[in-house]
Amino acid sequence: MESFLIAAVAASTPLIFATLGELVTEKSGSLNLGVEGMMLMGAVVGFMAGFNTGSPAAALLGAMAAGAGGALLFAFLTVSLRANQVVTGLTLTIFGKGFASFLGQPMLGLVEPKSVAAFFSKKGIPFLEDIPFFGPIFFKQDVMVYAGYALTALLAVYMFKTKLGLNMRATGENTAAADASGVNVTAHKYAHVIFGGALCGLGGAYLALVEVPVWQSDVVVGRGWIAVALVIFASWRPVKAFAVSLVFGGLSILGLRMQSLGLHISQYLVDMLPYLATIAIVVVSAYRNRKGDLPPGDLSVPYFREER
Amino acid sequence: MPMNDAATENIAIRMENISKAFGAVKANENVSFSARAGEIHALLGENGAGKSTLMNMLSGIYLPDGGSIYVWGEKTSFASPGEAIKRGIGMIHQHFKLVDALTARDNIIIGPGGGLFMNKKELTKKIRAISDRYGLDVNPDRKVYDMSVGEKQTLEIIKVLYRGARILIMDEPTAVLTPQEITRLFQVTRNMREQGCAIIIITHKLNEVMEISDRITVLRKGASVATVETAKTSVGPLIEMMVGKRMDLGIARPSFQGGRVILSLDNVTVAGGEKKSALDGVSFDLSEGEILGVAGVAGSGQKELCETIAGLAAADKGRIFFDGGNILGKSPRDIIKLGIRMGFIPEDRLGMGLVASMDIVHNLVLKDYQQQPGFVLRRRPCVEKAHKIVRRLEIQTPDVSTPVRKLSGGNIQKVLLGREMDSDPRVLITAYPVRGLDIGASYKIYDLLNEQKSKGVAIIFVGEDLDVLLALCDRILVLCGGKITGVVNARETTKEELGLMMTGARQAATGGATGAGEAEAAGREGRGVAGESRRRPS
Amino acid sequence: MSLLRVSKRAELPQGRVALIRTAAVLLSLAAAAAALAAFGLNPLDIYGAIVEGAFGTGMRARQTVIKAVPLIITSLGILVAFKMKFWNIGGEGQIMAGAFAAAYVALYHGDLPRPLLLPLMALAGMAMGGVWALIPGLFKAKLGTNETIFTLMMNYIAIKFVEYLQFGPWKDPEAGGFPKIAIFPENAVLPNILGVHAGWVVALAAVAAVHLFMNHTKKGFEISVVGESAETARYAGMNITGVIVAAMLASGGLCGLTGMIQASAIDKTLGVGLSANYGFTAIITAWLARLNAVALLFVCVAFAVLLQGSAYIQLAMKVPAAVAGVVQGIILFFVLGSEFFLQYKVSRKGRV
Repeated sequence: MESFLIAAVAASTPLIFATLGELVTEKSGSLNLGVEGMMLMGAVVGFMAGFNTGSPAAALLGAMAAGAGGALLFAFLTVSLRANQVVTGLTLTIFGKGFASFLGQPMLGLVEPKSVAAFFSKKGIPFLEDIPFFGPIFFKQDVMVYAGYALTALLAVYMFKTKLGLNMRATGENTAAADASGVNVTAHKYAHVIFGGALCGLGGAYLALVEVPVWQSDVVVGRGWIAVALVIFASWRPVKAFAVSLVFGGLSILGLRMQSLGLHISQYLVDMLPYLATIAIVVVSAYRNRKGDLPPGDLSVPYFREER
Repeated sequence: MPMNDAATENIAIRMENISKAFGAVKANENVSFSARAGEIHALLGENGAGKSTLMNMLSGIYLPDGGSIYVWGEKTSFASPGEAIKRGIGMIHQHFKLVDALTARDNIIIGPGGGLFMNKKELTKKIRAISDRYGLDVNPDRKVYDMSVGEKQTLEIIKVLYRGARILIMDEPTAVLTPQEITRLFQVTRNMREQGCAIIIITHKLNEVMEISDRITVLRKGASVATVETAKTSVGPLIEMMVGKRMDLGIARPSFQGGRVILSLDNVTVAGGEKKSALDGVSFDLSEGEILGVAGVAGSGQKELCETIAGLAAADKGRIFFDGGNILGKSPRDIIKLGIRMGFIPEDRLGMGLVASMDIVHNLVLKDYQQQPGFVLRRRPCVEKAHKIVRRLEIQTPDVSTPVRKLSGGNIQKVLLGREMDSDPRVLITAYPVRGLDIGASYKIYDLLNEQKSKGVAIIFVGEDLDVLLALCDRILVLCGGKITGVVNARETTKEELGLMMTGARQAATGGATGAGEAEAAGREGRGVAGESRRRPS
Repeated sequence: MSLLRVSKRAELPQGRVALIRTAAVLLSLAAAAAALAAFGLNPLDIYGAIVEGAFGTGMRARQTVIKAVPLIITSLGILVAFKMKFWNIGGEGQIMAGAFAAAYVALYHGDLPRPLLLPLMALAGMAMGGVWALIPGLFKAKLGTNETIFTLMMNYIAIKFVEYLQFGPWKDPEAGGFPKIAIFPENAVLPNILGVHAGWVVALAAVAAVHLFMNHTKKGFEISVVGESAETARYAGMNITGVIVAAMLASGGLCGLTGMIQASAIDKTLGVGLSANYGFTAIITAWLARLNAVALLFVCVAFAVLLQGSAYIQLAMKVPAAVAGVVQGIILFFVLGSEFFLQYKVSRKGRV
């Protein structure tokens, strides 16, 4: 059981990055459905950079750059050119898939260098790892898991306690109001979409570098879409997003662990669980209509100041 | 900041030869305008005259195509609203620019500047200080979505003052207020004038202009007509400047001949969100050949009332009789199938009444196709009808196959009204039918409604301009928080009385004076307010 | 800040609109060429090879048609849903569901005569595809659930289900331990008409049918009105749930039909690779055709050329076929961006 939970926390990490990335994006008013695509771009570029340089830093930077690049494209089309966000996001996903299989095809089956693998190996945090039960589960993990914790906390503070965070939320809730108050809404949208894309890129890279350190064709398999659903389920709150990502991390590895848990159901049926659960939370989310849980008011609405 | 110029230069704002076009529409052409410190300057003009466009250029929302702007004597140009704020210009928009999900305090401090973190206590103190100085009141911890329209406006004013604005622009500030709230707003405005602010009020209401302003600039069709001192003018010449011709703004009200009750609501209750009722025990009768006005602060249940009668919203309780039969719980489709002829002009013309991207013909098909046999859609029968309506209502359109969204607001409304009248309705429900229309189009609509009334159609007219309600309607029903606070005779009541009922401060007696006056005017038996008599068994 | 200013422009004449759109497509091909060059590939060679691969021989041209068929039918399905602003991105799953139902008929009732069996397979495929799309549709109608995520999750569920069949109950015992489903009997395979399987006739008929349905029937009109504004639909007395049900049955049914055709004529069995991304590519083609059934036919043929050409260059030039996905994405990015220039004009900022 403990080993399952340790693996579940690790498996939730890519979801945490992607979910927080999409959360920031949406909170600033953009609905980027290209998460899956950006994760794939991050995964392939991250793996490529790590494989060719042997440097974990290069791998992470490459992944972030790839995700941010995809997001920049999205931001340019939707913020500056006011294209339909749903279709642009879908296109980004399709493009990201093509991009990843195009770049990744020659690398199929390659194993990442030892230096990179070593960087991402599990390392305990002194003292914390000795806490009974929780210690090994949460504090004997790899650096990316810890980065996920820090990111969650930082984002929560940024969004709800700082002036910049307030301006960002105002932009997403009512772009015209924020603009009339002197907020540079274009800069806010670009910055948060790109930052969100970089996080999605990191989430994808985790799958290619840490979870399975061998390049495979489609490593993301729907996690980007699950992240989009988790943002809704988490009511656009970072800490809640972290919590629901943990649950889905567990669900996603249940199929592989069935045997060791002593259950005998077809792995393929159990693999449906995260997708079924995602549908369940989308349905549940639709039921809620508390004012605090509503999506940002101007989510996916293109803004043109001189609109009449 | 060249604020030191303020002492020497009394002119706060000067705009010279300002032009602005939106696509092919010239909203402003060579407009000149100036406002002094310590004055209340009214910018008068009918809808579409270009008042808001001009002021949006002053607040950095729009960029002028040509012309110059001087602030405190210094030539300026604003690339964004932020730059206008820095120069001490604050605008309170007609549609408030507030973030619903945030508190009053958060709304006040949105914008550039300030430290990394927010200091709640400090801010609350500052907000208090401003509120006290100008006689304003707002709870800093209240979320905007919990606020009334009046509170929102107060918040907007505080927000602008918090940023140190010395030049305040208010776009149609009285449109959504009760007469009592308007009095209070004008007091605050005078306080600001005393503090040396320059205040610009955009409006199309003449009596308010005469009451509050020191000077008036009139705009017509995007051009400035004249600037006059309020003390030296009167309503007559102002109308002429606004419209471009002599015009009597009275509405000829055909007398109500007395007709039989066609629509009757009995204790209709509609649940709203969060334990409140959107409509609470609403009962009234409507007779043929009568215009019943509906007044109330925005969001008092007007939308629910119209939609419940039209079958669009479900009611939780009560009965609605149309010509004796209960139609409550029937969908619009059922109502059509029952052969009930009811027309409905919803508030949201393009979002509900019409399909924006479709042409006039297809928008007529919308009401017609349910009666067509089979599964094939026939367009042809509506083509002729479209031509007829275009001719009759003088709709300005290239042809009947132009998408309606490309028409002007007045013409869009005429398409909608034309379609609804074409079906020979016995009841016509209209929600804010003249909102956003210019005077000519508005009067055309009033004429059409009166024409329908004379034909014996029973009309519900939901309005916001109390002067219009008083002049057009036979009776006025006032809603407050989903409840009826009074049904009064429009020929006898006053704006102040309506205002008190709109805030629930006064309830018109159900029997007594109102009922009697109404019975006299309506010339029919019974009191008609609660309408408990004459009800047929369902 | 910026040196450019953006303003709304007056309505453009039809000719200019067409010009801007064509320019966008040409520019996107140029941009894709630049991207290819960046990867050390000669774009002219690649484009040439794509055309060569799509039309070079009769065999290749037939392959192009074979690729156009599923794309056309799936895109029509997507068109119907998108017209209602229902973002159906579950085409993959609906194809798979349709293929599954067709496979069931083929595998368990393969002894029926062909004139009976094939229509039965098509019906089963359309019904199953329709149901697969209807589930998210009903949730959307009744609860307002987000259909984008819902339809997408249905893709994965369909794929996992087929995987389960392939490794479990439907595993062919005669495949020597290989996890694959049995080949269809001869009766369950679509016959050829003029050298290409009969699917192309179905595709052309479907284009005509969808065009008539959307423009000349009451249901089609209702779907357009619901897509424009659900409030207006309610106001006009439409039964919105009924409209959504009809649209999703049509949308998923067409995707399911694709599944049946691919299973019957191409794979001759059921497998996870069967949908071959057509469900996603169809989103691009439907959008590029501006949700017009006739335009869609041409866009899909163009995309089939790209797909077939890319498959050819993978063999001939060892360039990954995924290049098609990249080029498709770039084309749509450009066309999406070009819409801006139809509505706004950009000029140098003249300070006043």
